[in-house]
Amino acid sequence: MSDQFEPRLIGFLCRWCSYNGADLAGTSRMKYPPNLVPIKTNCSGRVDPTHIFKAFAEGADGVLIAGCHPGDCHYINGNYRTAGRFPLMKKMLEQLGLEPGRIRLEWVSAAEGDKFARVVTEFTEEVRALGPLGWNTRTPEEQADAGQASSDRVEEAVPA
Amino acid sequence: MTDKFKFAMYWAGSCGGCEIAVLETKDKILELDANYDVVFWPVAADFKYKDVRAYDDGFIDVCLFNGCIRNSENEEIAHLLRQKSKVLVAFGACATMGGIPGLINETTAAELKELVYTKNPSIDNPEGIYPQEKLEVPEGELELPHLYDTVRTLDQTVAVDYYVPGCPPEAHQIAAVLDVVTAALKGEGELPPKGAVVGVAPKTCCDECKRVKEEKKISGFRRMWEFFPDPEKCLLEQGVVCMGPATRAGCGARCTNVGMPCRGCYGPPEGVVDQGAKMLSTLASIVDAPTPEEIAEITATLPDPVGTFYRFGLASSLLRRAKV
Repeated sequence: MSDQFEPRLIGFLCRWCSYNGADLAGTSRMKYPPNLVPIKTNCSGRVDPTHIFKAFAEGADGVLIAGCHPGDCHYINGNYRTAGRFPLMKKMLEQLGLEPGRIRLEWVSAAEGDKFARVVTEFTEEVRALGPLGWNTRTPEEQADAGQASSDRVEEAVPA
Repeated sequence: MTDKFKFAMYWAGSCGGCEIAVLETKDKILELDANYDVVFWPVAADFKYKDVRAYDDGFIDVCLFNGCIRNSENEEIAHLLRQKSKVLVAFGACATMGGIPGLINETTAAELKELVYTKNPSIDNPEGIYPQEKLEVPEGELELPHLYDTVRTLDQTVAVDYYVPGCPPEAHQIAAVLDVVTAALKGEGELPPKGAVVGVAPKTCCDECKRVKEEKKISGFRRMWEFFPDPEKCLLEQGVVCMGPATRAGCGARCTNVGMPCRGCYGPPEGVVDQGAKMLSTLASIVDAPTPEEIAEITATLPDPVGTFYRFGLASSLLRRAKV
């Protein structure tokens, strides 16, 4: 085990394209860092900013949203909604002091296992370079119980 | 002291508007007097902290606590009033969500002091005089409360029984809340379940707004001084950022009915965790442009999304404060 910082990343992956892309990367035995915890969503458009804020508030160092390429959405225009929402959300997070590199939107099709592996590798390295986020959303007392508990849970999910 | 119920009201980090709102209940205030002894209410009656400290625990039947936890004095009194009160109500936007003072969570107390006492263009402070927390004078040591970096809501500090949102809470809602509590104290009714938000309606501000709502599609944002808005049409549909869709009902949509957009003081509606996140979603979804890039261009014209979407709720939002 090395001493380097292992970022905790959350990935919201659309079930029609990007989750299958991740599956393809796995079944093709592609190698990429194990730092990203994938969460399957029906559509990238379903990923409410609430989910992303909660991820950061509970200890994520970076959040990836991945969906179908424009024009390929299973629900016709869900990913357009995602793309429309993303810049404003990013602006808001930057206003709150978040480095832009900690949040990323990517289009990954079901056939792009290699792209998925590349995105996760790049993202992991980028966030690793930024260091731990540690959004101080809790009072010291709360950090002692709730905050610690939630970061422990993420720790379990990400093998060191 | 009579055998009437005991009433207290306190202002922590707030402007005092909540106190005025209580007076706005008009003749209801006489009912308050008929049923309660005021045992602590700095704005209206001359009681000191030492009087409150001398009360038995649970002596106060109802305490309306307005204002956020901004400094060490606010925090100390919050703990004190929790100990002395049977029912502690977070009263108003600041106590429930942090309110306008909660916007300081975008920065720090040190930066605030620097702005106010040095950088502000109208300030002339060549000697760099800053307020000190402690000062030795011949008569002894003077002390000011410690200003915190992060504003907290009342329930992030002590356990809260009920919430009455609003900046300020509407008079008819305050009256309704007092009626419920008084009836329960007299044994004529039941208290709402602990943690309930009282004096509100279950839907969103839009449900109470009389304006005509059609299809929400906007091609850009406008501010109120830029045009004369149509008096009948939904303000959001006219490009004004109105927080109605992400705000709890209860105020009777007073702002929008007189032509001002909703600022979101009643907080998120039931089931919504983060008001700002929902408003962000709403706005980005109604921008009518053919490509995501063009939507991004339009949403980029919003100068201050955090201050707009979390005008009252930054301290109670998921992220609570900016990373510094």
